[in-house]
Amino acid sequence: MIFSMQRREVATMAAAAAALAVLAGLPLADDGFWLALGISIASYVAMATAWALFSGPTNYVSLATAAFFGSGAYVVSALAESAPWPVILIAAAAVGALLAFAVGVATLRLSGVHFVIFTFGLAELIRQLVTWYQTTVTGSVGRYIFVEISAAQIYWQLLALCGLTFFIGWAIARSRLGFALRVIGDDETVAAHSGINTAQCKVLLFCISGTLIALVGAVMAPRFTYIEPSIAYGSMVSFQVVIMALLGGARRLWGPLVGVLPFTLLYELISGRFPNHTHLLLGIAFLLIVYFVPQGVSGLLVKAWNRMPWRRAAAAGSKA
Amino acid sequence: MLTVIVVTSLLLGGAYALMAMGLTLQYGVARILNLSTGETLVGAAFASFWLFTAAKLSPLLTLLVVVPAAFVLNWLIYRYLLTPLVRRAKNRGMLEADSILATFGLLFVMQGLMLAGFGGNYYSYSYLAQPVTLFDHTFGLNRLVAFAIAAAVALGLYLGLSHTRQGMAIRAVAVNPLAAGLVAIDVPRTAGFAFALGGALTACGGSLLSMFLTFNASMGVVFTMKALIIVIMGGVGDIRGAVIAALLLALVETMVASLIDPGLTLAATFLLFVLTLLFRPQGIMGKRA
Amino acid sequence: MAAGGRRREQGVSAAPQLKVADLTKAFGGLLAVNQISFDVRRGEILGLLGPNGSGKTTLLNLVSGAMLPTRGTVSLDGRVLTGLAPHRIARAGVSRTFQLVRMLPSLSALENVMVGAVFGPGRVWGGEAEAIGRALLERVGLAGRESLHPAAMTYIDQKRVELARALAGDPQVLLLDEWLAGLNPTELQTGIALIESLHAEGRTVVMVEHVMDAIRSLCDRCVVMNAGAKLAEGTAEEVLSNPEVIRAYLGDEHA
Repeated sequence: MIFSMQRREVATMAAAAAALAVLAGLPLADDGFWLALGISIASYVAMATAWALFSGPTNYVSLATAAFFGSGAYVVSALAESAPWPVILIAAAAVGALLAFAVGVATLRLSGVHFVIFTFGLAELIRQLVTWYQTTVTGSVGRYIFVEISAAQIYWQLLALCGLTFFIGWAIARSRLGFALRVIGDDETVAAHSGINTAQCKVLLFCISGTLIALVGAVMAPRFTYIEPSIAYGSMVSFQVVIMALLGGARRLWGPLVGVLPFTLLYELISGRFPNHTHLLLGIAFLLIVYFVPQGVSGLLVKAWNRMPWRRAAAAGSKA
Repeated sequence: MLTVIVVTSLLLGGAYALMAMGLTLQYGVARILNLSTGETLVGAAFASFWLFTAAKLSPLLTLLVVVPAAFVLNWLIYRYLLTPLVRRAKNRGMLEADSILATFGLLFVMQGLMLAGFGGNYYSYSYLAQPVTLFDHTFGLNRLVAFAIAAAVALGLYLGLSHTRQGMAIRAVAVNPLAAGLVAIDVPRTAGFAFALGGALTACGGSLLSMFLTFNASMGVVFTMKALIIVIMGGVGDIRGAVIAALLLALVETMVASLIDPGLTLAATFLLFVLTLLFRPQGIMGKRA
Repeated sequence: MAAGGRRREQGVSAAPQLKVADLTKAFGGLLAVNQISFDVRRGEILGLLGPNGSGKTTLLNLVSGAMLPTRGTVSLDGRVLTGLAPHRIARAGVSRTFQLVRMLPSLSALENVMVGAVFGPGRVWGGEAEAIGRALLERVGLAGRESLHPAAMTYIDQKRVELARALAGDPQVLLLDEWLAGLNPTELQTGIALIESLHAEGRTVVMVEHVMDAIRSLCDRCVVMNAGAKLAEGTAEEVLSNPEVIRAYLGDEHA
């Protein structure tokens, strides 16, 4: 029953494709504020969904988002003048995968706490290393990025990345890896004794997640025009992505999507009106989620949906 | 040169040890991985700064205000914010994930409040800044005094944990909360006490550091990182391990900063962390399972 | 015969399939398992007996890779398993159940069983795994309950699912840790019959057990442990009438 594609899945896919097609029309309608907001939302949807691909099933809170995002952006700054755009993207993906692999191999054999601590400082570590490298070897810290790419093109590429991320999430859920992850989530001891290489599964998943986030960083890089370590590796993005994914619910593929929309709007509002209070907002959001919506908004939605009268009737019917 | 490095790192290591002992109590006994520990430290530094500049209170006297205040505040945090999470958690993994997220919240709330109050500027004040000659080199008197206080507090804590009833209860809960409950130890109360004591130690470290370091409102994360790495290196819940690891970390940091590049101190601490993870994940003092 | 499995020869062969040699596990100063050696022949059911705390479960943990031994080796058909990670040992063909039944709560009964088929030595996928899962659920008497979740199952049914999961990979050796414990007399008869059918299809089984009826009727041979060391080895009748064994279980006055 988990192997054959069901009619509902085909319908969902068609709906998703149609939604992407409609959203792709945004730049035709507006190329100012709304396009900028669209770019922001699309980048967070891709990152939060990619984050939840790993952290949802494993329950390992990854704070490495800024490290992947920044590395992707830095690949662009390093190669912008010497390589065509597709090559740059491939290089960014490779750097993301390698970084995730190195972190995963060092920490994922151990408990989740080691992993959290490691990723907690990772962006700051890479920022220091890049700064040190640039000051001692290349001599200048900042770089200008000149890439011939329009805001609309960035937006379309981000939409494509969102589509890719959802497709990968869907494909994983249907694969051996997805099945293994459900077992690991339930009982890691049983997983190991049933023949699942738990560490390998986690590292592989972390690599997929890190690659996608590095790609988002690469696509977003031309938006910065000027890049330096403290911009590319700003640690706020790590925390924002965690909050959005948790607000929506990290256990469902569509969960983070539900969290990104309200949080991005709220964040834009707060950072525009009270720029000094974004930290306080983040903190309060974290506390509210932990205490009041631990399953995320998607969990509440599913619960509410199941309580609807027609769902109750259907459930009673299937039991009888 | 070597003498300077060793003495400087020893003097710095005293305050690091206090902050790491605080975190190891919170994580090892109360089972809360407190990611806002650096904010507690920076908060105490700001409190000392404020009391020194506004109320002209000597930093040594402010310790008597800041440390008990941190104890009470951390007790309240444990009692009202974290106890619901402890009750709700079905297993240790769930509590770990929940407490990480809740203390993230605290991290940002505390950082946000400090940013609102002091802005993003760097602060420092001058207290006991006269030079003292030691082994033919000069060191700040404030560093020496801070180290002496840290050493006294650390020794006091060690003796308290190993020779008092309350200390034994704390150690018992650290080893096995379930079994501790069976021998009539009030586990929630002991965990709350350990959390509060941990916060007080961290604040003490922060007040001492403020005597000779420059600090700002968003620096907490760096200290949290250092404290976490020290605790993992020393072995979770291990006081002696925390002290040794703190001194080791201060030594490596000072060496890298003075011999290679001050911009690479975090890289140096990470290197220590990676080596620990690869070769002694149970901590330098821990036994291999 | 498990669905999709290899054919096995009937009866017990003389060649040792699982070899435990000088196996020792020390926890600090305590020797939980102390220089244990024995062979398990192909197609044999070996009972592992001993009073509580004698080291039986630790021994199973050493064989299945949950713990590393301080000394000694375990080998399967001449291949040394000691030092391999648990998932490698499982793929090599040693599967196990747990003393306290361990179900995967978010998976249905069928999916629980399929885990063994998908990740065990067979490593099948898709419809084939599902077919193996259905066949095994039917075999353990749970046909029609495929979509039930563990929370809605009785204890014996959970144990049945766990056995089916362990069998689904078509293992060379099956380790059962007190699989019959906690069953009522009727359920016990069903359970014994089920293990008997494994014997009939020629599967090698090592079972830690306290239920004497089951030991007498099922085990070809028994190894008795006491305080970590091997106390006796032989047929069920031999070891159960051994005065040393009786003393270990019941104390001096009964010997």
